[in-house]
Amino acid sequence: MANIISDETIEYVGILAKLELSEDEKEQAKKDMGSMLDYIDKLNELDTSGVEPMSHVFPVHNVFREDVVVNGDIHEQMLANAPKEKDDSFMVPKTVE
Amino acid sequence: MDLMHLTAVELGKKIQNKEVTVRECVEAALAQIEAVDTKINSFVTVDREGVLKKADDIQARIDAGELTGPLAGVPVAIKDNMCTEGMLTTCSSKILYNFVPTYTSEAVLNLEKAGAVIIGKTNMDEFAMGSTTETSAFGPTKNPWNTEHVPGGSSGGSCTAVSAEEVPYALGSDTGGSIRQPSSFCGVVGIKPTYGTVSRYGLIAYGSSLDQIGPVAKDVTDCATILETIASYDPKDSTSVKRDSYDFTSALVDDVKGLRIGIPKDYFGEGLDAEVKEAVLKVAKVLEEKGAIVEEFDLSLVEYAIPAYYVIASAEASSNLARFDGVKYGYRTEEYEGLHNMYKKSRSEGFGPEVKRRIMLGSFVLSSGYYDAYYLKALRTKALIKEAFDKAFEKYDVILGPAAPTTAPKLGESLSDPIKMYLGDIYTISVNLAGLPGLSMPCGIDSKGMPIGVQMIGDCFKENNIIRAAYAFEQTREYIRPEMAGKGAE
Repeated sequence: MANIISDETIEYVGILAKLELSEDEKEQAKKDMGSMLDYIDKLNELDTSGVEPMSHVFPVHNVFREDVVVNGDIHEQMLANAPKEKDDSFMVPKTVE
Repeated sequence: MDLMHLTAVELGKKIQNKEVTVRECVEAALAQIEAVDTKINSFVTVDREGVLKKADDIQARIDAGELTGPLAGVPVAIKDNMCTEGMLTTCSSKILYNFVPTYTSEAVLNLEKAGAVIIGKTNMDEFAMGSTTETSAFGPTKNPWNTEHVPGGSSGGSCTAVSAEEVPYALGSDTGGSIRQPSSFCGVVGIKPTYGTVSRYGLIAYGSSLDQIGPVAKDVTDCATILETIASYDPKDSTSVKRDSYDFTSALVDDVKGLRIGIPKDYFGEGLDAEVKEAVLKVAKVLEEKGAIVEEFDLSLVEYAIPAYYVIASAEASSNLARFDGVKYGYRTEEYEGLHNMYKKSRSEGFGPEVKRRIMLGSFVLSSGYYDAYYLKALRTKALIKEAFDKAFEKYDVILGPAAPTTAPKLGESLSDPIKMYLGDIYTISVNLAGLPGLSMPCGIDSKGMPIGVQMIGDCFKENNIIRAAYAFEQTREYIRPEMAGKGAE
C-alpha cells in the first residue's frame, strides 16, 4: 500500500506539531512521511487481534506522593533561562486582545 | 606512563593509593582533549576552569577519608541530554543552545556523591534522534579509529571521548541502541540497563517508555562499577523500579560454565556484514570453549521491531518536545506576530530536520483517525515482541548477536536515506521495546580497520548474566585502542 500524504494532511499535522514548514520542507515531509508510513504498514502483516496494547513492559501504576515542596526558591535562576522576562515573570506576546 | 590508558577503576585505585592526584588525572584528560578534540568533536562543553577547582575539592575529601569509592576523583563526561546544574545542557540542539539547568539529573548526582569529577558534556544526535551523531547542531562527531567514519549515535560523543581516551568513562543514554551501537562502532563497552534501573529524572526525554541512561567505558569491570553507582530507586521518576539487587560487580567472574547462550538465527541473515558475522560467532565459540552451552534458535518478529519503534518513539517525542516553545528557556525567534506564531517560528527555527521529521510523524500517528491503526497497533506489536523474548529467556540466560549489521559507515552516507539509517538499529531496538538489559563490547577489527561489536542481551533485571558472559570473554582478548589515544601525553 502506498501512502499518499495530501497537502491538507501536512497542514493539519503542522498545526498539531506547532511547526511552520517552508514549501520545500512541506514537500520533503510529504515524501518522508509517505515512505515511513509505507514501511510502518509492515505491521499489518501481524495478526494482533486479542493482543492488549502494551504501553509499559512492567505493570506501572500511578505513583502518588505527598504534595510537599522540597526544592528551595530558585526563581531567579529559572528566570535567567527565559528568552524574555519582566517583573519576575516570563514574558510572552499578548494573548488576549 | 599515560594515565589516560588506565580504566576508571584502575585510575580510582591509584588515586586512593596516593600514587596520583585528582588534579593530575584531570590535567591528563584536559591535555588529551586539547590534543584530539578538534579532530573528533566529542565535546559540546568542556568545563576547563571549574574542573580544576572541583578536582582539588574532591582531593581534599579523599584525603579526609570521606570519599573511598572506586570512582572517587576519576574524571567523567556526560551526554549533553542530562541536566547538570550550572553547566550548559543543549541536547545538541539550537533550541537549547543557551540552557543552563537549575538542577542535576539523578544519575549524575549519584556519580557526584561518589566523587566523580565532571569534565564536560558530550556531543550527540539532536535530542538523541539519529544513529550517527551527524544531526547535532554543533557539527558531527568523528570516529577516533578513522575520522572519515561516523562514531555511531546517538551517544557518539560519549563513546568517542572514551575510545580516544579523553576521559576514562562517560554516561550515555539509549532509546533504540544509542549506547550499544556507538560503543560497537568505537570499540568500547556500553550497557543499557533494564528499564527503570537508572532514574530518568533530569534526562531530557525523547521516548520516555524506552529511554535509559547507562555507562560507556573501556572494560566490563568499569561498566559494572559505574552501573552500580548510578542505579537507584528514585521516587522522582514515576517509572523507576525498586530492584531487589543493585549489585553488579559480583558478576565479574571468569566462569561461564553452564551459562545458556542463545544465538538468534534471525540476527544472522540478510544484511549482516560477513566480517561482523564471523567475529560475533567467534565470541560464541570462545564462550562455548569456556563451558557455556550455546544453541541456535528462532527469536521471530525481528523485522517488526523497527516500524513499531518508530511509531512509539516518534509519538512520545512529539509529546515530550511540545515543551520547547521559546517561553521558559532556550531559543526564541527574533520576529513574530502573536503567541502562536512565536511558538511555531521558534520551534521551526530551533529544531533540525530529523527532529522535525519525527515530531511530524509522531503527531500524525497520534492524531484522531490514525491512533488505532498506527499507535495502538505498534503497542500491540510491542506486546508480541516482549512475549517472544520471554519465551527465549525460558531457555537461555544470554542472547548473543551483533550490535549492528556493519561497522561504522563513512560520514554523509546515512542521512540521505532515513529508512536505511533506521535499519542499522535492527539488532538493538527490540531490546528497548522489551525493556531488557543489553551490552555491547568489542570483539574484533574488520579489514577496513574499524572495530566490530558483539551484543549480549539479558532478561529483565538479569544484567549479571550478560556482565558475567562479557567479563569471561574479555579475559580472552587484549583491549585495542585507536592510534589517537595517548596523543595528549606526548
